[in-house]
Amino acid sequence: MSRNLYDLIGLVAAVCFILALKGLSSPKSARRGNLIGALGATIATVIVFFYANGGQALNNQTLILVAIAFGVIVGVPAARKVQMTQMPQLVALFNGVGGGAAALVAIVEYLKLGEDATTAVVVATVFTVIVGCISFSGSIITFLKLQELMTTRPVIFPFGRQIIALTLIGVLASGVWVITSGGTTPLLVNGVLSLFFGVLFVLPVGGADVPIVISLLNAFTGLTVAASGYVLQTTVLIVAGTLVGASGTILTRLMAEAMGRSLFGTLFGAFTAKATAQTGQVDARPVKSGSAEDVAILLNYAQRVVIVPGFGLAVAQAQHTVRELADLLASKGVEVAYGIHPVAGRMPGHMNVLLAEANVPYEQLVEMEEINPTFPQTDVVLVVGANDVVNPAAKTTPGCPIYGMPILDVALAANVIFLKRSMRPGFAGIENELLYEPKTTLLFGDAKDSLTKVVSALKGL
Amino acid sequence: MASELMSNELALLAIFILSVFVGFEVVSKVSTTLHTPLMSGANAIHGVILVGAIVVANHAKTTLEISLAITAVVLATINMVGGFVVTDRMLQMFKGKPKSKKDKGSDK
Repeated sequence: MSRNLYDLIGLVAAVCFILALKGLSSPKSARRGNLIGALGATIATVIVFFYANGGQALNNQTLILVAIAFGVIVGVPAARKVQMTQMPQLVALFNGVGGGAAALVAIVEYLKLGEDATTAVVVATVFTVIVGCISFSGSIITFLKLQELMTTRPVIFPFGRQIIALTLIGVLASGVWVITSGGTTPLLVNGVLSLFFGVLFVLPVGGADVPIVISLLNAFTGLTVAASGYVLQTTVLIVAGTLVGASGTILTRLMAEAMGRSLFGTLFGAFTAKATAQTGQVDARPVKSGSAEDVAILLNYAQRVVIVPGFGLAVAQAQHTVRELADLLASKGVEVAYGIHPVAGRMPGHMNVLLAEANVPYEQLVEMEEINPTFPQTDVVLVVGANDVVNPAAKTTPGCPIYGMPILDVALAANVIFLKRSMRPGFAGIENELLYEPKTTLLFGDAKDSLTKVVSALKGL
Repeated sequence: MASELMSNELALLAIFILSVFVGFEVVSKVSTTLHTPLMSGANAIHGVILVGAIVVANHAKTTLEISLAITAVVLATINMVGGFVVTDRMLQMFKGKPKSKKDKGSDK
């Protein structure tokens, strides 16, 4: 295959990627957009087999095909079987391995070129290794946080700022070392320091901010792919990587805005914020806990009920039960709406995905800006497994990890019911004052069990 | 020769810069509902680094190079294939969503 034909087909793939992103930006065309993207990626992958070795079978072709088959065997079942609740960490993991792959590609190319590498290529290689390694190790940490294999709270260590700054200086200095002296050792040092920096960079980020970091690392990986495209002089990699880098940056900013955070504050907030007494002194205070019947009665005599779903709903797989409850209430003439916080759950739009799965009518899902003014006219707010997104501390406690995040003002409603597993604070690890308010009723237990009990109690009324 | 090389570099630079603008433009207005699938879809797209992994695996000579390149192929495939599948699963949830036929003002 000639270079021209290869580039031409590569252009088709690049157009597919643009159409894919365009399609993904609108609900109607999203699924088609994703398929177009997959088509583009398939085209790009297939044609490289006919081009890379001048039309001959590739060197190591069997190994390559086995490796691809292995990747498919690992990737597809993971993507198919993953629970909707674990989606965010899977995306983080996929992003991490992509970043790792880009770094490896640049390293192999660097080893091959040896002394022949031009300065521009070495600079691009160093960039790919640094950012790819950060993306890889950072994504692994976000995975561990979301999977709750490690603490979800910001990890702050003594001299954290200084250590991070020193590591960053080390990364940049070793990068310069690679560029000036070449060789394998400097690149190795550079890679290891970058991996370490990726870990340090994500550790201080609080649980609720993790989605923003995933999105940022996603943009990073895009840029590394673009840089390795430059190293390999492959247009389609440059286009795809740059598109993801640019759109990912915008998306990160949009997400940060939706959470009312500055990107800088998200990343470095843990170091600048003063340590606050988050828990402890309030634990022993009494709360009003009720039975399923109490909750059913409250709901039955309400005019308007707003359901606020959170991660607990996802964990309990209670989206179908919550819909049953909503339908039952609607049949009794109660006005029901869902108040959807943009970052409820673990990722922006997480709740929309879950409730759409349970066929909740789209028009009942009300976004935060629209639902907030209606809370004073709402009789009962039913908070199902959410905590941080309704925590007034975001408004009242400067310095707490979620301070400044817009919340659902459920405290303005006449009654608030929390379905919770325990008194444990939410993902961000902050005590919720609302739980101790006189208007608040708590129903402890798994969200699905609790909802089922409420539904049967309601039927008996 | 030198000038030819230069123009090739310039072409790549032009592609890069134009791609930045296209990337900014296509996602500038997207509802929060779609943030997650869009992130996931973009994530799958950068799995196209598989192409690069195949290219370097093709010319890898030493055992070290081959093993690094093959690892890259595995990782990139997971990123790409897994990414598209998981995005499709997310978007399946949105299908058949009846867009409200009722006019919006009358729901009170």
